[in-house]
Amino acid sequence: MAKIKSSMKRKRAIGNFLTYVLLTIIVIIWLFPFVGLVLGSFRSYISEYGGIVGYIIPKKFSLDNYRFVLGGETNYLRWYLNTIIIATCVSVLQTIIVLCVSYALSRMRFYGRTALMKFWLVLGMFPGFLTMICLYFLLKQLGLTQAGAIPGLILVSVASSGMGYYVCKGYFDTIPKALDEAARIDGASRARVFFTMTLPMSKPIIIYTMLVAFMAPWNDYVFASYIAFGHDKSYNVAVSMYRWMNTGDYQGYYTRFCAGAVLVAIPVTLLFMFLQKYYVEGVTGGAVKG
Amino acid sequence: MSDNKFGKKSNPVSRFFSFLGNDIKDIGVTFRDGDWKTKLSFLIMGIGPILRGQTLRGFAYLILEVLFFCFVGAFGGKYLSKLGTLGTVETMKKNRKTIYGDHSFLILLFGLLTLIFIVLLIFLWRMNVRENQREELALKQGKKLPGNKADFMSLFDSNFDKTLLALPVTGIFVFTVLPIIFMICVAFTNYDATHQAPTKLFTWVGFENFKTLFSFGKSGFGSTFLHVLLWTLVWALLATFIDYFLGIAVAILINKKGIKFKKFWRTCLVLTIAIPQFVSLLYVSKMFDNAGFINATLLKLGIIKSAIPFWTDPLLAKITIIVVNVWIGIPYLMLMATGLLMNIPEDLYESARIDGATPWQMFVHITMPYMLFVTGPYLLTSYTGNLNNFNVIYLLTGGGPKSMSYAGGAGGTDLLVTWLYKMTINDTDYKMAAVIGIMVFIVTAIIMLSVYRILPSVKDEEGFQ
Repeated sequence: MAKIKSSMKRKRAIGNFLTYVLLTIIVIIWLFPFVGLVLGSFRSYISEYGGIVGYIIPKKFSLDNYRFVLGGETNYLRWYLNTIIIATCVSVLQTIIVLCVSYALSRMRFYGRTALMKFWLVLGMFPGFLTMICLYFLLKQLGLTQAGAIPGLILVSVASSGMGYYVCKGYFDTIPKALDEAARIDGASRARVFFTMTLPMSKPIIIYTMLVAFMAPWNDYVFASYIAFGHDKSYNVAVSMYRWMNTGDYQGYYTRFCAGAVLVAIPVTLLFMFLQKYYVEGVTGGAVKG
Repeated sequence: MSDNKFGKKSNPVSRFFSFLGNDIKDIGVTFRDGDWKTKLSFLIMGIGPILRGQTLRGFAYLILEVLFFCFVGAFGGKYLSKLGTLGTVETMKKNRKTIYGDHSFLILLFGLLTLIFIVLLIFLWRMNVRENQREELALKQGKKLPGNKADFMSLFDSNFDKTLLALPVTGIFVFTVLPIIFMICVAFTNYDATHQAPTKLFTWVGFENFKTLFSFGKSGFGSTFLHVLLWTLVWALLATFIDYFLGIAVAILINKKGIKFKKFWRTCLVLTIAIPQFVSLLYVSKMFDNAGFINATLLKLGIIKSAIPFWTDPLLAKITIIVVNVWIGIPYLMLMATGLLMNIPEDLYESARIDGATPWQMFVHITMPYMLFVTGPYLLTSYTGNLNNFNVIYLLTGGGPKSMSYAGGAGGTDLLVTWLYKMTINDTDYKMAAVIGIMVFIVTAIIMLSVYRILPSVKDEEGFQ
């Protein structure tokens, strides 16, 4: 008996050891680009080389790239500020819209409800970039391109966000309707139920929605570059960094890109890590309910 | 849509017309039997409610009607009248002075908008007639009509949905519905680089662009379209399922009994979600560059003699993209699977173990069926999401490598969406971009509809419960 047990133990120990080895390899692969990015950002631009090289540990560490990025030579700080403004506004406004839509679709039964949901589902099957030119002209009529690209971007991102109600509605559906009914019998209006009961109970989903909405603008290259076209001061970080990497002189901007990218990644990553719990809840919930 | 419950026997067209007929009859009856206030409302919307004391509603109707006629008279009408030709007067230069002619783009856009407003006004007018009918009936029965205050307060109670949805629906209409209708129309015009508004006119050409897309001649897009479509479908399939299975596998590894530092492993992987994709993907794309770290290291170690053309060889580029996408995709799946795996009842495994099942058997017969059942809808949405996965393709290869044998500037790794994007930006070939957009819609819709019906969780909601 003891023999069997010890052999089982050994088997399990070997299994665990292999798992650890595998996990370590996975983690190294996953972290490698980030380590490379950070190391690249410290490579000396002046005394070493600012382009792509075949090694990742710089021969000489320096803050050249950060000095360049944060100095007055480019509008980097402006781009950074633009992105923060866009992300914050989109995050707040989009969450408000999504909450409104989700509550209406989850709790109220009105004429045309399912038709509206099906219609939005069909709309979602059109690729987003299809409408780019038309949106550009619409915004141009409102004076929200080039110099006014920042409010224009916010407007476009927020305006269509009502269609992304799925995860939030799924969450509202899990809050028992009996609670609403009880409050309504006591004379509370729908609006009151929404503001004083449903919203305070929905903290996780509100944080999830805000987080996702906040992170998206940092990646927004396509539309941002289109409506800010040629107007340097209206770029966001994604547009400007992409341009650094894809212009003729990208070899000269490689390490500078690394430095700029590290500065972008730090706050977003910290925020995400801090709120990870809510993100996981949202992703898992959203996956099951589809 | 809700009419489906009447069964498939009556055909929708005849049902629509019989509905329309009844509605018109109803309007006629309302006019014949109504009092003078109702009759006046047929012309001046909302006058009936105003005279009956429901000023708030009445003025809302009235103001909307006035606004509509102001809009059509001062602005929309002139665009609408030219919608048939999209403009005839070309912009000309006369003695160094530019004389602006018709602006086809704006004619199409605002013409459509006016058209939609007209349809909306008809609906509003119908609502206004029904409102009058209801009020008259209520008064005849001796009921009191709700006052203005009650009307207003209902917007926060029984009509709260209208308050909540007003802004989102308007936003979606202006910035999604209108542009989509516009672009669908563009697919039937010759709007491209040689017909740029405002200096040049463009006009309707019928199905000409669709013919170009499906013609396999020298100037046709046919073979390119098939290539790109095929790659799009294959890419989405591989990207979805490879990520799916590997993600679950990693989740199982981390959640294995006796493995320590679970949180550490998870956090390391989750970094790829946290760090903005444009940062990580741009960096990774340069890592695989001909002069990048991977090629340089392999050269130094003497494993290869010349750099591997990760991004310049069409086939290799496709493989590399899928591999990099695994790097992006696994963490999402890992997070999701971790939550779901914990939901599988432990006694299922317990009894399997007693029956002498190996871990592999348990994985195949318990874990996977459960996961597939629960995540069916997710797999579907993730497949259609990958069909339109712009970021990964565009940031890694930009759709390249370019190929001379492809039409419309398409490259070896272009998806339909990136191709659409390139046509819009590089070639300003808006008409073909619009056609491609419609194709993407059709492909997505077909897949959605056909797969949705065979999903186990849709067919059999009670399974696994």
